[in-house]
Amino acid sequence: MKTDIKSTLENYIFVLPAVVIFSVFYIIPFIAVFMLGFYEWDGILALKDAMFIGLANFKEIFFQDPSWWQAMWNATYITLIALTLQNIVAFLLAWACDREIRCKNFYRVVFFIPPVLSEMVVGMAWRFIINDVDGANLVNRMLISIGLPQLVHSWLSDPKTALTTVAVVHCWKGFGWGFLIFLAGLQTIPRELYEAARVDGANAWHSFKNITIPMMLPVIVLVAILTVLGTMQAFVLIIGLVGGELAGHTSVPVLRILASMRGSSRFGYACAQGISFGMVLVIISFIQYRFSKHTRQA
Amino acid sequence: MFVNRILCILLLIFNMFGCAPREETGKVTLTLWHWMTDREQAFSELAKRYEEKTGVKVNFELFAPSDAYTQKVRAAAQGTNLPDIFGILGEKRDFGSFIKAGHILDLTPYMEEGEGTWKNKFFAKALAVNEFSPENSYGVKPGIYGAPIDIMTIQMLYNKNLLKQLGLDPRKPPLTFQELLDIGKKVKEAKIQGLVSGWGELWMIDCLANNYAFNIMGKDKVLATIRGEVAYTDPDWIKVLTLFKQMQDSGILATGVVTMVNKTAEQLFANDKAVFAFNGSWCVNVYRGMNPNLDYAVMLPPQASDEHLMSIWGGAGSSFMVNARSKNKEEAVKFLEWLTDRDQQAYLAEATQNLPANKDCLGKISEVLAHFASGMDIATHPSVWGVSEFPVVIETWNKGIQAIIIKDKSPEQVAAETQKVKERELAKRKK
Repeated sequence: MKTDIKSTLENYIFVLPAVVIFSVFYIIPFIAVFMLGFYEWDGILALKDAMFIGLANFKEIFFQDPSWWQAMWNATYITLIALTLQNIVAFLLAWACDREIRCKNFYRVVFFIPPVLSEMVVGMAWRFIINDVDGANLVNRMLISIGLPQLVHSWLSDPKTALTTVAVVHCWKGFGWGFLIFLAGLQTIPRELYEAARVDGANAWHSFKNITIPMMLPVIVLVAILTVLGTMQAFVLIIGLVGGELAGHTSVPVLRILASMRGSSRFGYACAQGISFGMVLVIISFIQYRFSKHTRQA
Repeated sequence: MFVNRILCILLLIFNMFGCAPREETGKVTLTLWHWMTDREQAFSELAKRYEEKTGVKVNFELFAPSDAYTQKVRAAAQGTNLPDIFGILGEKRDFGSFIKAGHILDLTPYMEEGEGTWKNKFFAKALAVNEFSPENSYGVKPGIYGAPIDIMTIQMLYNKNLLKQLGLDPRKPPLTFQELLDIGKKVKEAKIQGLVSGWGELWMIDCLANNYAFNIMGKDKVLATIRGEVAYTDPDWIKVLTLFKQMQDSGILATGVVTMVNKTAEQLFANDKAVFAFNGSWCVNVYRGMNPNLDYAVMLPPQASDEHLMSIWGGAGSSFMVNARSKNKEEAVKFLEWLTDRDQQAYLAEATQNLPANKDCLGKISEVLAHFASGMDIATHPSVWGVSEFPVVIETWNKGIQAIIIKDKSPEQVAAETQKVKERELAKRKK
């Protein structure tokens, strides 16, 4: 009995540093942010002088702040493009690299370069490529040189194309992660399954549809969750590309939270926005998880 | 086992005392936080001179960019571990909050000592930015809470060579708004960029819009609007917004100006790619670094109306405050007095090409800087108005102007949207 208590205590002592670090750097700040969401506070006055306003911040977010909902829609739009375009490209490239092709290691390295670059660097580089004034404007020049001058456009400063341009650059920046995870997933599929299918007369499309896709479903769901979480929170790339929110056309939730904190000195409101946004992400992830579980069972 | 225990104890002792601060030797060391990358070298030189003179060491600690600096100062304020001297970036409301939280020392007694010797060194408008009047709306005890180290004005600049290239006289820049619009057509035909500015950062849009608001309706009406007595849907405000539409339609605005950060605008102007720039006096140093042969001059934003005088933003460029909780506050005040003295100000002006806050040093500045300085007579700044607009209203207004430039909204729509946000904020304040 005595030995049991001693052993339990020892175990607790071993995990204590991790618990303390987790509490200090995660749990306490989370609780603080949650509480601040109910206060009007400018981030300068002492916390004891902050004014308790109940649910007023949340009420404002949900019913009186159209710029927040525009930012949410913009983030959703970029996410939808990332979920489709980015992940399809990543999957197809991973599938190609999983086969016996020449220089496949070279391609693996090349495809993984964009994700390891800083978002700001990517934003500035693409700004140089597609912007209208300060850069070489390579895209427009290319369009002219291939005989499509009618497509020349102010890609980043036209409200009709700015968000889509941001989304496309985001996909270019992000597809490498999906590529890497998809490739790892594809390599875990037993080759015997393909060989058996081939013996049974299955062509490439049948193998892809009946072996690759079902076997890859958990990986696809994982990549989808990571894409949603990563894309909804993207903002540095937008600063690098557009310099800001372009009259709201490229605003995203994190930029709105920053605007509340820095521009308006409304830390309480920014915390409430952060909580609301976090809850949305949790709900989306939960739905995706349930969906994947349901699909796997089916 | 015994050896292990001894080793553990020794390690513990080593850790405890190894991290302890070194014994003070009685020598005062002042710590100063700032964000001014371009002045780092000059500050180091001044710190060296001050230490030689007084034995007091001053550590200038740079935290850039300015956004990161702002967050650092706010975090330090929460932890009450601000340095002896620091600067504040932000609106007057934020400045007031720092004072109310007890972070900033009231410099009034020091400024007024000896019949105001220190106070009288400064341009009145530079000091006004750091001053809270008895009737201020921030609930701050009246007084002077900061020492300006330089001043600035934000005006328009024109490239003499490009103006000549357009067939215009470089000695006669546009004086009226219509003249500016007329140049827009020529700019379009010549396929060069017209006016560049960091309008992707929003606050510079606000600055030019305010200039024209003062010009069209006068200071009283602008302040009445901020107090909520005049609506943003008033025809005069719509006139202000329409100016931006006219600028866009005329072709005077550079392509992509709404996504342009000021650094890009500075590069374009410095490299002879844009005819006009809207920028602050700090640009002189920036342009010198980018293109020492740039041939340019300063002008006021062309008048849109004869009803009222054109006004520009200006006043204290950067200021330093003394931490009210610092144990070295007396030494900190003495250092600021020395830093704002004529010789040090002249050195800073020469080394960094910024306008000195000390009015005795203006004789030693370049021609372009002197033009910027001459604008101080008509300079104003939201910090000296005594009332502040709600930040969300300013944001809606500035984004609205961006929307007008990209032809997304009409001036009337922007005015109505701004007024709606204003009414919402006023209603909240009443509650």
